[in-house]
Formats: sequence, structure tokens, C-alpha cells
Amino acid sequence: MTEPLILIEALSKRFQSGGGLFARPRAMMAVRDVSLSVGRGEVVGVVGESGCGKSTLARLVLRLIEPTAGTVRFDGTDLTGLPPAALRRMRRRMAMVFQDPYSSLDPRYTLTDVLSEPYRVQGEPLPTGRVAEMLGAVGLPEAMATSHPHQLSGGQRQRVGIARALALAPDFVVLDEPTASLDVSIQAQIIALLSDLRDRLGLTYLFISHDLGLVRYFCNRIVVMYLGAVVEVLPAATATPRHPYTQALIASGFVPDPAARRAIVPVAGEVPSPFNLPPGCAFAGRCPRATDQCRTTRPALSDEAHPVACFHPI
Amino acid sequence: MSTLLQLESVGVSIGTVALLEGISLSVERGQILGLVGESGSGKSLTALAAMGLLPLIGGRITTGQVRFDGQDMAAMTEAQRRALRGRRIGFVTQNPMTALDPVQRIGAQVDIVSRLHLGLSWQAARARTLDLLTQMRIPEPAAVAEAYPHQLSGGMKQRIVIAMALAGDPDLIIADEPTTALDVTVQAQIIQILGQIVRERGAALLLITHDMGVVAQICDRVAVLYAGRLAEEGPVGPIFAAPAHPYTRALIGCIPQEGMAKGSLRGIPGAVPSALAMPSGCRFNPRCPHASAICCETAPSFAPFGAGGVACHHAGVAS
Repeated sequence: MTEPLILIEALSKRFQSGGGLFARPRAMMAVRDVSLSVGRGEVVGVVGESGCGKSTLARLVLRLIEPTAGTVRFDGTDLTGLPPAALRRMRRRMAMVFQDPYSSLDPRYTLTDVLSEPYRVQGEPLPTGRVAEMLGAVGLPEAMATSHPHQLSGGQRQRVGIARALALAPDFVVLDEPTASLDVSIQAQIIALLSDLRDRLGLTYLFISHDLGLVRYFCNRIVVMYLGAVVEVLPAATATPRHPYTQALIASGFVPDPAARRAIVPVAGEVPSPFNLPPGCAFAGRCPRATDQCRTTRPALSDEAHPVACFHPI
Repeated sequence: MSTLLQLESVGVSIGTVALLEGISLSVERGQILGLVGESGSGKSLTALAAMGLLPLIGGRITTGQVRFDGQDMAAMTEAQRRALRGRRIGFVTQNPMTALDPVQRIGAQVDIVSRLHLGLSWQAARARTLDLLTQMRIPEPAAVAEAYPHQLSGGMKQRIVIAMALAGDPDLIIADEPTTALDVTVQAQIIQILGQIVRERGAALLLITHDMGVVAQICDRVAVLYAGRLAEEGPVGPIFAAPAHPYTRALIGCIPQEGMAKGSLRGIPGAVPSALAMPSGCRFNPRCPHASAICCETAPSFAPFGAGGVACHHAGVAS
């Protein structure tokens, strides 16, 4: 088997907050011991609710923030040890599409400025006609090159964000909730565009989302996170969940079919504070299958074809 | 069943710009009406019109009538309307982060509603507040009542906002995207609570949402808005089984579902038109796969269809 494009090993990120003259700082693990590989051409989804560490993981993978422990290998090179100049050269091959198309574009830039910035950063001349080509690739008219972001709709802005990410023809793109702030009609357009671009350009995606339905539609493999740790990896989008949390996520989604109406059984309890995690499984307090073992010992992610971190998988 | 809220061909303008046209809706006691459409279709504006709050944003009703429990809202004095809001009409806003006062304790913010509208004493109001928080399944209600909003999670805050809307014991609840800012597991909790309130109290709920999944799960009827006009309205079952308007069908098709083939999710091409540049004829015609010459010339009128109504020259062609 060839080496995966991305190989993440035991990646952790610790954040500290507060602290002052009299207050002791509090620490939390935003990402805890995450290992993951992404093969060439694969679309891997990372799904979880707010505070599960999925966006921190996205930033760690591209080394936009420094990990506390662990390594990220990109095509065989360890990114975590790379000096700045070498990292910048490496960055041509990876890109990110951000969640909020309103704050991720500079309001003073024209679209030409936005799309030529990656070339400026890499110190390369902008090929003639490249801006028009990029706009065309994401389905925007060439005439928009002189527009400013405020003249665009949310969906159009996100297309610009995608065009910018693809400017230097990267191999790997991290998509951090690219459709979370868009209408469902526009979300579907953007997902279709991302899908076409992947087929056309042979891209590899890491797709971060809170929407399990969307992830199951779009991804080949799905990583489920809860409070900083991976609780399950679904080897295929259609795989039946084994972790009670994944099952609860699926049960919480509503199908647009009144005939499939059912009694809603919401997950009980509240998400524990990441600053004060229980000693055992982080989901134990809300889990219908939890036993004493779950409340005292943290389960590790199993080493199976369908890995799960649970003492009592379904 | 009796009609609690009725909008009769309501038109709304801000300045000289017409934003809503011919909106007719009614919500019965014990019923949940879903109001759906993309951003910019006029959902929140309809809610403001129903509560008589349009002047807040400089808007006014230009045609038609809003009736609450048989009374014409326009004929009431502002004082009468104000007495209605909070007491007989509860409102749940979209963003629980901004709906609460950050410098007041939770308990005080909920207490004030029943003190003002039900004339309860301080002690009785607090007892009612704790009761409402318990109904909202908030753990340790007494401790939460002493907390400030920043100490609570988004889902907890949204439940507080719902508790505030219920504190006046309203007959009608208007909820504007109450779960949009929340995680799915929390959304399921909130939707379950709202459904329960309607069933147990016999209240009426106008639920504004962009999520057809939520509509299918709890609404009795659904009204689909597009670019300030009503596209389709009717009971949920038939509309999901066989949407008569191509827009309704397209909206349902935008939700990824299990077993959907890769590539089948395409969305709706284009975007909602701006109020300043509405297409002539049917406003959906530039995005509609079934549009013909007449769709570009004449606006379809809203006509009865099945157990509801639809505004489309080719009604039923989509299904």
C-alpha cells in the first residue's frame, strides 16, 4: 500500500485560558491524541458538535496553529518539524476553505486581488488569464473580477473562497464547514461544485462539518469526534454506527418525510465542560449504555476495520 | 378548532419597496404551521407583521389584514398590541446569544414577564420561573436562575428564551428559526419541547425554519414563501408526498438523505432575487426547470390545490 497523503499521529492541542494575578489558568485539551490518515483522492469527513475540536484539528493539519504533541506527515514530510521557509513552499500543495465567507475575504480587495494573493505570497508571477480561469472554474462570470466581496451573495463569496484555495493547484484541501452559513439550496450547489472539482482536479479533501447527513452524502470515510477525541471511524459512508454517540447524532437528524415521523428521543444531559472532563468516557454521562467501567476508565479507539472507542459498542 | 392568527392577503413595504405581497396564512389552536423559504424570502418579515412590530424596522402593512383571535390588529391601539405581545403572543427569536440581557441574571429576566403580564408577585413569579425552567428540562433550575447568560451554553440559553416566551402563558407562539444556531442533538431537544407545548397547552405555533426536515417532523401544515410571495401552502403529508410547486420540490431535494446517489444533490441554481430587481411574471421563473413563456409574463395567482393552495402556472407538473 502506498503511503497516504496525510498521516496524522497522536496529535494533541492544549489550550490555556484565563490566569492573572490571582486566578490560576485553566487548561483544556481541544484535540486529544488523534491519529488519522487520508489517502490520495479520498474525501474524509470529520463530524461532531460545537466544541468537539474539529476546527482545531483542521488548523493543526495545515499547521496554522502549532500542536502540543504529535506529528502530521504530508506526502512523507513531517510538517511539524519544518522550518518556516520550507513550510511555505509546502503550503502551495495544501489549502483551506473557511467557514464564514463574510469574514474570510478582505472587504477592500477586488476579486482579482483576492485570487492573486496566493501568488504574491509565494513570490510567483500571476499567469495571464489565470483570474478569469479560476472564476470560470467555480462558476462565476469573468466580469466579476473587479467586484468587491460586498457586491456578492453568500454563495458567490464561498465560490471565491474555493477559487482562492485552488489558485496554486494544491493536492489537498481542508474544508472547514464551507456551507454552514449558507441556505440549503446554496449548500447543495457548493457541495456539487466541490464534488465536480475533486473529480476534475484529482483533489483530496478533509471535510469538517457538524451535519452527519451531509458528511454521509459527501465523504468516503467519516471520523466522529466528541470533546476532542475520536470516538468512531466509519469506514464507509453507509456503515452502521457502533458508538452510542454516533447513533444519537443520526437519531437527532430529521428526515424530510412526514411518513418517517417518529418519537424524538433526545440525548439526555449536557455536554461536560472541556475544562473539567470526567475521568472515564466523555460521553458516559449522557449514554444509555454506560456502566461503572465507562465512568472511571477512558476507552481507547479500537484497532479494527471499523474503529470505535467504546466498552459497549452497538 | 378555532383560528388564532390569520393573515389575509397581507402586503408589506419598507419605504417604497414592496417586500411581501398577498400573504394569506392561518394558524389554528393546537396546530403547528411551518413557514419555510430561503434567506430573503420574507419569513421573518411575516413574523414581524403578525406581531404588529413592523414599525420597529420602518415597515408598514400596505394591503390586507392581520387578525389575532378575530380582532383586526391594525384597529388596536399600540397599548393594546403591546399588552398582547408577551401575554397572548410569545416570541422566540433566532439568536439566543443576543436575546438575553448579558448583565441581568436569568431568573430576573424570566420573572419580569409573568410579573408584567400576569401581575404576579415577586415570589409567585419566581416560583413560576423555576417551574418553567424545570419544564424546559434545565438541570438545577434554582442555580441557573442565579446565573448570567454567558455562563450557559447555547442550547440552555435557547431554552431560557422559550421559557420567557411561555411565561405569559401565550395562546400563540411565534418561533423564528429557534434551532438554527444550535447543534443537532440540542435541536432535537428544543423541537421536542416545542411540540409538547402545543399538544399539552393547546397553543398554536408558527414555526419559521429553513429546514424541511424539521417541518416534516413536527408541523401540521406548511407555507412555502419565495421572494415575498406565497408559493404553496397545505397539510404536510400531501405536500411532501407530491409537492405541487417546483420550488417546494427543489427545497425538499436539497437535503442530503441516506441512500441518495452521489451527484444527485444539485441544489437550486441561481439565487433569491433582490427586492429591487424582481423578475417579471412568476418570481421563481429564472431558477425553475419547468418555466415556460407564460411564467415570464404573468404572475400566477394563488389558487386552491388539493387540501391547500399553490401559485404556479404548471402546478403539479413537478411531482
